[in-house]
Amino acid sequence: MTSPTTQREERPAASGAGTTPPRTPGTSRWGALPLPARHLLLAALGLAAVTGLLFATGDLTALRIAAVGYTMLAIAGLQLLVGGSGQVSLGHGAFMMIGAYSMALLVLHQPTLPIVANLGIIVLVSIVAGVAVGAATARLHGPYLAGATLILAVGLPGLTHRYHDFLGGSNGLNIRTAGVPPFLDGLVTTSEWRTLVVWTTVVVGLALLATVSAGRLGRRMRAIRDDETAASMAGIPVGKTKVVAFVIASAAGGLAGGLQAYVLGTVTPSSFTLVLSLTLLAALVLGGIGSLWGALWASVAIVYLEIWATDLARSLNMTRDAENNLPIVFFGIVLILVLRFWPLGVHGALQNLRARLRARSNSS
Amino acid sequence: MRTRSGTRALLASGLALVMLATACTGAGEVTDGADADLDIAPGVTDDSVVIGSHQPLTGPAAPGYLAVSQGAAAVFDYVNAQGGVNGREIDYRVEDDAYDPSQTIDVTRQLVIEDEIFAMVGGLGTPTHSGVLDYLNEEGVPDVFPSSGALAWNNTEEHPLTYGWQTDYTKEAKIQGEYIAENFPDQNVGYLYQNDDIGEDSQAGLDQYLSDAVVAREHYESEVPDLSSQIAEMENSGAEVVVCSCIPTFTALAMLEAARIGYEPQWVVSSIGGDTATLQALLAEFTEGSDAEDVPADAFLDEMLITSYMPRVEDEEDDWGQFFIAIYDEYGDGDGAALTNTHIFGMTQAVMFAQVLKSAGEDLTRQALIDALETQEWQGPGYTPFSSSEGDHGGHQGVYVVQYEAGGNIEMVQEARVTDREGGPIEETDFERLSPEELPFHD
Amino acid sequence: MNYFITLTLNGLASGAAYAALALALVIIYQATRLVNFAQPALALLSVYAAYTVTQLTGSYWIGFAAALGTGLLVGAFVERVVVRPIARTSQLNAIIVTLGLLLVVQGGVGMIWGNEQHSFGYAFSYVGRFAPSDVFALVSVGIAALLLFALYRFTPLGLRMRAAAFHPEAARLSGVKVGMMLTAGWGIASLIGALAGMLAGPPFISPNVFDVVFVFGITAAVVGGLDNPFGAVIGGLLIGLGMSYVSGYVGPELATLTALAIVVIVLSVRPDGILSRPTARKV
Repeated sequence: MTSPTTQREERPAASGAGTTPPRTPGTSRWGALPLPARHLLLAALGLAAVTGLLFATGDLTALRIAAVGYTMLAIAGLQLLVGGSGQVSLGHGAFMMIGAYSMALLVLHQPTLPIVANLGIIVLVSIVAGVAVGAATARLHGPYLAGATLILAVGLPGLTHRYHDFLGGSNGLNIRTAGVPPFLDGLVTTSEWRTLVVWTTVVVGLALLATVSAGRLGRRMRAIRDDETAASMAGIPVGKTKVVAFVIASAAGGLAGGLQAYVLGTVTPSSFTLVLSLTLLAALVLGGIGSLWGALWASVAIVYLEIWATDLARSLNMTRDAENNLPIVFFGIVLILVLRFWPLGVHGALQNLRARLRARSNSS
Repeated sequence: MRTRSGTRALLASGLALVMLATACTGAGEVTDGADADLDIAPGVTDDSVVIGSHQPLTGPAAPGYLAVSQGAAAVFDYVNAQGGVNGREIDYRVEDDAYDPSQTIDVTRQLVIEDEIFAMVGGLGTPTHSGVLDYLNEEGVPDVFPSSGALAWNNTEEHPLTYGWQTDYTKEAKIQGEYIAENFPDQNVGYLYQNDDIGEDSQAGLDQYLSDAVVAREHYESEVPDLSSQIAEMENSGAEVVVCSCIPTFTALAMLEAARIGYEPQWVVSSIGGDTATLQALLAEFTEGSDAEDVPADAFLDEMLITSYMPRVEDEEDDWGQFFIAIYDEYGDGDGAALTNTHIFGMTQAVMFAQVLKSAGEDLTRQALIDALETQEWQGPGYTPFSSSEGDHGGHQGVYVVQYEAGGNIEMVQEARVTDREGGPIEETDFERLSPEELPFHD
Repeated sequence: MNYFITLTLNGLASGAAYAALALALVIIYQATRLVNFAQPALALLSVYAAYTVTQLTGSYWIGFAAALGTGLLVGAFVERVVVRPIARTSQLNAIIVTLGLLLVVQGGVGMIWGNEQHSFGYAFSYVGRFAPSDVFALVSVGIAALLLFALYRFTPLGLRMRAAAFHPEAARLSGVKVGMMLTAGWGIASLIGALAGMLAGPPFISPNVFDVVFVFGITAAVVGGLDNPFGAVIGGLLIGLGMSYVSGYVGPELATLTALAIVVIVLSVRPDGILSRPTARKV
């Protein structure tokens, strides 16, 4: 487990940032832009696309698009940690939980703070949590890190029971957040507004992650992932870089959790179970670990696979037990099959396809 | 679907960006929205009405609660086979939320927006249903009979469309407390409870009568299926009566653990955990060497006191219990599993919903359903008066007490009594039930 | 004092089950350098097989044998058919595939046997503060650890398995059938996993029954050190005892946090677990 992504070595090291499309002739002006500007432009485009999608669909889809958004942010953070620095964390849900509870507590106890301030505070809280966990686990490798983060995800919800009065125990906390601001009233619904807030935060977060990943820090992380000993001999501060990766990932996870609480208006320990943490990691690999596009496919899979599977089960006219359990089985089978035939995940498969198409058009 | 130009979409997203950066309104400062229009009838056609429910069908909570929606579905099938209600068949759609509130929110929206349900019926669980309480009320969806005894459902100011069903935990605990104080005077009492609103609200009721007798308060977390230290402490403290405000799995676990260390208290179990049929199934493998031959697991359950408000499957003289057994035989899943009181929970809910649907009349709108709920004179199948009137959406008002005897009989040791959730008195009631034939709940 | 003894005995009993699951994880880790998330799934299948067989025959022990047999066969099958084709690509992918397998089996068990709980008995009487069933749990886990230790240390099979795991190329050159060894490792591990299931399953089984136990199993393996079967046993008992004491003296809501605390403390002192060998880093 020390080198979980051996397959990535086949790819050119420079294209670490996922949102950067490979350079092709004809996009030279695009290539001339500085990297952060390119990421911001892509972010704005993404936001516009989401807005368009929102106007074409209804409230239910708005909720799900929001879910895709915050899940994607969480997975993108995990992607930087696992795909970037090679640390396999099974406890990412714990950071989402920290963010979600922070949001709920802020709304309950400091209702006058605007959402932007809340999100800022959540990032700070998550960074503190990330430093604590990252420092405690920096010396651990492979399965030991996995085990420690796993028990973190399972143990942390215990706090909500211990501080029952403050954190609400197993019934959690319910919050009400402000809806559409008055001057947009009638133009967007409350759900659409919330989804826009989520996606604005998400695209900014993703642009930051992409920039980090493409920069010096990203290169250092990948060096550590590929060979820790060699990296350290090359003068890279291994321990520090690993902790920084952890902190960035936890900040993204915390922010995602905060956004989830904001959209759903409820936080309970039963939303942040082991299953969530494992699903995040599994979906990341399913989507494609080397790229932020992978995080997008991953979050779409998390939100929509179960819905499709439920519809499928209904249409098959199965027994009750079979119908109830089919979505679970379906997700498992998709996971196994995708990794069996496309080891680089959905994103890898798409890239492959594109390369093949291009090769064909060149040869003809 | 609405059509708007791409420019406008871009404009809006730009605005959103600016707004997010400059938004000064507090995230927690909420303004009340307008009341929803109730004179509509989504999901209703001339010959059908769509209703929905969120239930844990998979995941760790599923084993305990699967039976609720199975029971309800059987009753609705029966009702439809009789011609439905006012000429309409009931289309009962159950969505799985795995007891995870974030999924509850998703499936509830799906039910309301995609399935266009007329009403939410029997949404299960306190943490789960709390997450959709505001939404259902804002959208004007009647939220009828949530499956949980939380006090929150009875709040007509904030949630006028939510109608509680289960006897709330505090009322039930008050009656338990009084019964113990009267029938087991001078005995030490221990509380074993689930560490959430069940435990909190139950203790509030028990303490009104037992605060001098309590020697142990032990709780459990539903995620950790182990009661060894709690029961050891219970025995240590010398508790002679143990009040178990637990779900069936933990009632069974407590009894097993007590049997393991040879501890034999008088068990008093509340309605949520006192489903003897489920307990028998859970304990079936553990009666080896006992003298209970005919009905397995009876050795554990003998003399257990149970509070309840519904008909019971064990009661051979209860015509509703017998009626439900007959329905389940014909309309159940046919997988051979025995009918439990957890099924009866869903079945009683279903009968009462069908009844109020009947009262709402031919011209069905959400307002008509609400009016019918507010004016309904309830006469069963439950054993206690039921409140869904203006200002009190409390559901069942009290409980009766039965004692289970080895061999499968139960004996009514105290008829239904009613009370409030505060410090009010506990009173007897002259409530009369109608039989299944007399009660109008289908065509 | 009496209470302390009760808590100790309770902790040992539950610790035995964690230890058994940890053992199963250690074997697969030793054979393939892989943390097997499908372990609870394989245990689940075994236990449901035992349930069905016991219902049919009326004998606990025939069911027990069925569980171990199921574990052995399914473990070997899974290695051959599901894991091997993917293990070549990357280790993380292999782990995720075991996760996928967990979902398939959990859902599949629910499809066949339903999501309801079923009553599931112990091997021996459970009555008593330290009941015969608890003794059986501890003794069987101890024996399993001893046998494994002997297998790896003293038998040619064990030697080949270790060689195949640590130096597959060299092992292949010296005539070891590496693939066969991996299959054997998975088979043996799943057999121990089935034992763990039989110990941890009672009193009630349902598709999610092993989720929590499995987490403590991994925790135990990590605390004890993944390279040593005795480490798994020590880790399991440590976690079991720690959780029992905290749960009894402080409160059951802190049980899982206790496990977290044990992991943090132990790993901060010994990052490779209690019984890890100090290894020189290869450069």
